[in-house]
Parts: sequence; structure tokens; C-alpha cells
Amino acid sequence: MNPQVAIIGTSQTKFEADKGYEDIPETVFKVVQQAMAEAGIDRDDLDSIVTSSVDLWDGRTASNQMLTDVVGSIMKPESRVAGDGLGAVFQGMLAILAGASEITLVVSQCRGSMGVHNEISNWVFDPIYQQPLGLDYLSAGALQANHYMNQFGISQEDCARVVIKNRRDAQNNPYAQVVKEATVEEVMGSLMWAYPIKEMDAAPVSDGACAVVLASRHKAKALSKEPVWILGAGSCLDSHYLGDRDLTGGDALIRASNAAYGMAGISDPLKELDVAEVSAAFSYQELLWTELMGFCNRGEGARILQEGMTSLGGALPVNPSGGMIAGNPVTVAGLTRLVEVVLQVRGEAGARQVRGARRALAHGTTGCCGQGQYVMIVGN
Amino acid sequence: MGKKVAIIGTGQTNHCSSREDVNEMELVYEAAAAALKDAEMTIAEIDAVVLANMELFEGRALHDMWCGEGGGAFMKHSFKISTGGTSGTSGAISGYYHAASGLFDRVMVVGFEKHSDGNTLAGMALTDPFWDRHVAAAAIGNFALSVSEYMADRGVTEEQSAKVAVKARRNACNNPHAHLQMPDLTVKKVLESPVLAYPVHRLEMCPQSDGACAIIFASEEIAKKRCPRPAWVRAAVTRHDHIYLGEVKNRLATMRSLKEAAKVAYETVGIKEPLKEFDVAEIYDPLTYAEIAWYEALGFCEDGEGGKLIDDGITHMDGELPVNPSGGVISTNPVGASGTIRVAEAALQIHGKGGKRQIPDVSLALATGYGVYCWSDVLILSSKPD
Repeated sequence: MNPQVAIIGTSQTKFEADKGYEDIPETVFKVVQQAMAEAGIDRDDLDSIVTSSVDLWDGRTASNQMLTDVVGSIMKPESRVAGDGLGAVFQGMLAILAGASEITLVVSQCRGSMGVHNEISNWVFDPIYQQPLGLDYLSAGALQANHYMNQFGISQEDCARVVIKNRRDAQNNPYAQVVKEATVEEVMGSLMWAYPIKEMDAAPVSDGACAVVLASRHKAKALSKEPVWILGAGSCLDSHYLGDRDLTGGDALIRASNAAYGMAGISDPLKELDVAEVSAAFSYQELLWTELMGFCNRGEGARILQEGMTSLGGALPVNPSGGMIAGNPVTVAGLTRLVEVVLQVRGEAGARQVRGARRALAHGTTGCCGQGQYVMIVGN
Repeated sequence: MGKKVAIIGTGQTNHCSSREDVNEMELVYEAAAAALKDAEMTIAEIDAVVLANMELFEGRALHDMWCGEGGGAFMKHSFKISTGGTSGTSGAISGYYHAASGLFDRVMVVGFEKHSDGNTLAGMALTDPFWDRHVAAAAIGNFALSVSEYMADRGVTEEQSAKVAVKARRNACNNPHAHLQMPDLTVKKVLESPVLAYPVHRLEMCPQSDGACAIIFASEEIAKKRCPRPAWVRAAVTRHDHIYLGEVKNRLATMRSLKEAAKVAYETVGIKEPLKEFDVAEIYDPLTYAEIAWYEALGFCEDGEGGKLIDDGITHMDGELPVNPSGGVISTNPVGASGTIRVAEAALQIHGKGGKRQIPDVSLALATGYGVYCWSDVLILSSKPD
């Protein structure tokens, strides 16, 4: 089947620890204007808008209402996916496939600086059994990390090398927040937050926004010389209770990536993909996710990283942008990954460009320990 | 173009102010299981699950993480739509997109809210922190302002408003799922109820309910095979407007998002005389005055004649166009589900499963959603696919 939906415009803000110098609508207005300019369209051309944000991060109810004006949805349809930005791309893509829209703007924003990450992520857990335990993304992530590292004999140094790679690559990314190179010793010596996760293993607190313009096949061909097509998409939700899940089994990610590969006709991702951007809030997750998406056998994530296969210049560079370790406005992460791989496929990724990238993977996740998983394959 | 899509099953929980017998995930499960039973399906047949809810009411983040399993989302594609009061209808529209896209054939949508788990007034009050929050916190203050403006502009009376309350709570007596069932309610009693913020009386406002509602959407081949009388989605339109109180004069009377959404939806289906052509309407009435205003915005009558429609009994159960046989939002209001319930009730009428609230021979039904004082969704369902 010919791909039916393309990305014809992208934009992202620089990720920063605190964008208090402007308000959220101002930040969003900028990315919307840039994405539409890149696509060569204006507000009148938009058929629909999808936003992604979370009320608790924004500290207000139905918080997408503050974006009505700046995303251009006056007298137009807007919907909000309350979760990861890649989920919002799904909604936008489905509206186009349903014939309800030809050009759809997708916008995601989050102000990590406005909330207390541990508290808000604690409120994700069910209020009866898990929330009172004080579980949050960090402590739940630590459980997953321990399980994974024990199961496959992964060391803390192995995880630290993810940080080294991503911090090194982030220096090539003008939008990155964390660009200081680090050594394994520095990561190992950083403050232990929740064993085995240390401060430098974790993504920073960030503010930022991203936008993409999606177009139907017909509109994409008319408007864009180089549309980047969505070749495959898959998503899957795992069980909520940690005790019900095999935390390293990754059934949801396996299903989501297999669905995306199936649509895109990919059987050997390591060979057939040129670059991947994955949403890993902690260093161990990059290793785990790459295994579950079939870039290598189980337990070999650290080996392929150490051999340089996932570095810039390797067989399948993972997170040449620096990934979430370089900047993490929580729900924006998945859309950032998509923007990055679109730039790669267009050959416009500057110093972080993977040479000759034609087919790429963007990964997003929501909830704790990868409960919800999104995978998209794009190509020219 | 997308595939044709129909609603082939619906399910609702019972609603009340506090469903202490279930937790929120169980509430979602109750609605989803009822919809599966109605469609004679198993959860294994469902390809995708869309949830809809306003998370700040319960003080939860990413609500779908916990409650998704209740809707049967385990190991399926799923996300949550949250667009304020329109969440329930926007979720339904998303479900329709899923089934029309060709990627999914059987899609579950569950709208849900468990107000008793949180503080609804606090959640409602968290509007724009710079301007609106200090001026007219929450829904009631906002409505008091726009209702006063509407009454002055269109001459709608307190009695006409109270008649809407009486109609709704009496209709609700025919709906086993409804929250406020008041067979003996009178205009006098409504107007004697406490004034919350002039001119809005307590019995003119929606309650806060615990509840959930599920809808199963199916693509054409499945719908024809699995449902004797599918409710085909013929139009699904969303329009948003400026959100600040001061930006739109006479908001309730103007309601241009609803007017515009209805105009587009009517054009899509070819409806010229809505009052005559629709057999039933389930419209999102956050308070009595809004129902009268929506009559006008939806073109059931000319501007300024909404009050006459209720005076003449046109929108009663035995009138020309029964509006809200279910009792509407002012009888049952789990916010994230309130829009979903409108769509489900409209579908139920086409399915011919309305029980005591069934309108005879429904083939064209209207459902609307309303939120954030100015957002509107309009869906048109039909017994005919085209």
C-alpha cells in the first residue's frame, strides 16, 4: 500500500531548564508558526489540530484551552491527546486516513519546571495500591532497571555509557539542553537517586514544545518537494500494575514495533533502518528499548552500544540528537523523536546528520516503565 | 476517503453522586463490559480503545494508564482524549476516525468520570490564572454572566428555563441509568430551589455524577454483519472558539462554534430543516438555559424562539423533536462521559433499544458535545449508511 500520510513541516524549541521568560502560549505560538512556515502553509490551510499536554503539568483544567488561539483552532476542530506527543500524531494520522482532514497540525508542549516530577508521576499510579507506596517514575524505573540488569548481567557502567554517548552527540544538537560531555567515572560518581539510577542516568527537567504538520498524500505531493512519509505505525498499552507485568519482557513495545515494521515491510530493523530516536528517560531504558525493538538480541543492548553500532557512524545510530538525556519536556519527548528523524530523512540534521538516512524510527512512551508504547517508521 | 462506520453497541453504568461500590477502573470496566454484551462481542475482538475523561477532577495524571485495562485496552492500541466538557464527544469522534481509517475495524470508546474521587469545583476553578480565574471562577459563575446576557437579549424567562428542568428530570425517570430522576418536579419547585449565582437555580444546573459510558464503533463490513440495525456515523464535526469571557459578546446567544459545527454537519448529510428531519436529539445541556440557547444555535427555531419551543412542548417526548429523552446532562453528568452518553443515547434510539425512553421509528438522530464555554462537537447518526 502506498503511504497515505506525510510530514511536511516540523519545528522544535530549544529545550531549557526554565522557560519562565515567556508563557506557554508564546512558546507554542513560535513552534506553530515555524512548522507552518516550513510547510509553506498558513492558518487558513489547516483542517484540524491535535495537541498533546497533561493538565497536571500545566496546573489547570482542560489545559489545551490556553492554546486555542495560538494553535489556530478558532472555528476549527482541535482535539487533545492527554499523553505523549507521538500519540497525538496517531490521532492526526487517523483523522487524515478517515478522510476528515487533509492538513493537520500536531503540537505538544510541557513545562517540566512548573511541576514536581516525582509528585506528578506518583499521581499516575492507581490510588489504591501503588500510589500510597510513593511509587513514581524514578522508583518504578529503578525496579525495572534492577530486574533488567540482573537478568542480563548489565552493569551500571554499561548504562553510564549510554549517557556518555548521548551527551557527546547532544553537542551536535542546537536544541539540546544538556550538552556537557561526561565520563563513565562522572556518571558513576553522581548522586544515587534510586539504586541503580543516578542523577546523571536520568533525563533532566525541561521546558519545551514541538510541532509537525501532517498532510494527506494528495496535499503532501502538492505542497512539498520532499514529503517524509509515515510508512508504519504501531502502538500498544501494557498492564498498569507493576506486579502484573514482566517489566523486562516488553510485550507492549514488541507488539507496537512489530505492527509498525509490518506496515513498513521491515523484517530486519538493524539493517533496514538508518537511524532511530527512542524515548528513554533513564539510561538503562535506551538499552532495553533497543533490544525489545529488535535492533539486537535480548541482553545485547549494552554490547551493540559498546561496539559503536548505535553511535553516529555505526550500523544503526540511536539518538544522535542526544535523546531525552539531552532534554526532556515529558510529554513532548515522542514528538521530538519524530521531528528529529524527519530532519534526518530530509538530510537537514546538521552536525548530527546520519549520512544517507532514508528510513528511520521514532519511539514514544507514556506511563511508567514503558506501559504505553508508540512506534513510527518514516521514510522519503 | 475513509470507510463507512457505524455504532454497533453501547453500554452505560448506573450513575449517582458517589459510586462507592466500585473504583474508577471498575467503573470503566462496567461500561465497557455492558457495551460488549450489547454488541455480542468479546474483548478479544476489539482492536483499539479510546478513553475520554477530564483528569483534574480526580487529581490523576495520565488516567488512562490505570483505567485503560478497565476498558479492555491491555495489549491494544489506546490513548486518552481530554478536551474539557467535549471529551466524551471528542473521544467518540476519535473512535470514529479509528474505525474509518482502515487501520482498526472494531473500536471501543469509553468516557468516564468519578467526581466523588476529587473536588469538582476546585477542578473547574483552575481556569486561566491571569484573567478568568479571579473574575468568575468555575462553571456556575461563568453561566450566571452569560445567562443574564442571554435573557436580556432574547427575552427567555425563568419559567421557560424551569420547564426544561422539569422535562429533563421527568424524562430521566424513563432512563434506568439516570442520576436525577424527579417524577414530581414542578416549575415552582425549580424556581424555589436555592440560587447558586443569579439567575441560576440549583435545580437548573447539571449535577456531578460518577459514571461511564462505552460505545463500540465498527467499519462497514463488520457493522453490517454484526448489528441488525447499525447507527451509521454520517457527520462528526468539531469547532472551537476563543476561550476568554470577554472575547465573545453574548456567548450563550451567539454560540458560533455550535452554529458552525451544525452548519457543516447538516451540509454533509443534506439536512435543511433540522426540526422536521431529526427524529430525536441528545444535546449537551450543562444547564437549562443552554438547552434553550442550543435550540436556536442548532436551527430548531429562529433566534429568540427557543423559549417558545419548550412552552409549546415541541421538544417533549411526544413533541415534534424530542430532545434528551435520556434526561440529558442536567440529569446525569459524569463530565468525561457526558458527551459519550449523548452519542450512545442517540445510537440507542436508532438501535431501537431505548426501552421506556424509546422514540418510535428513529432513523436520524443528533448528538452534541459542549465544553470550556465555547467548544462544540456535533454528530449525526442515521439508520442508513448513506
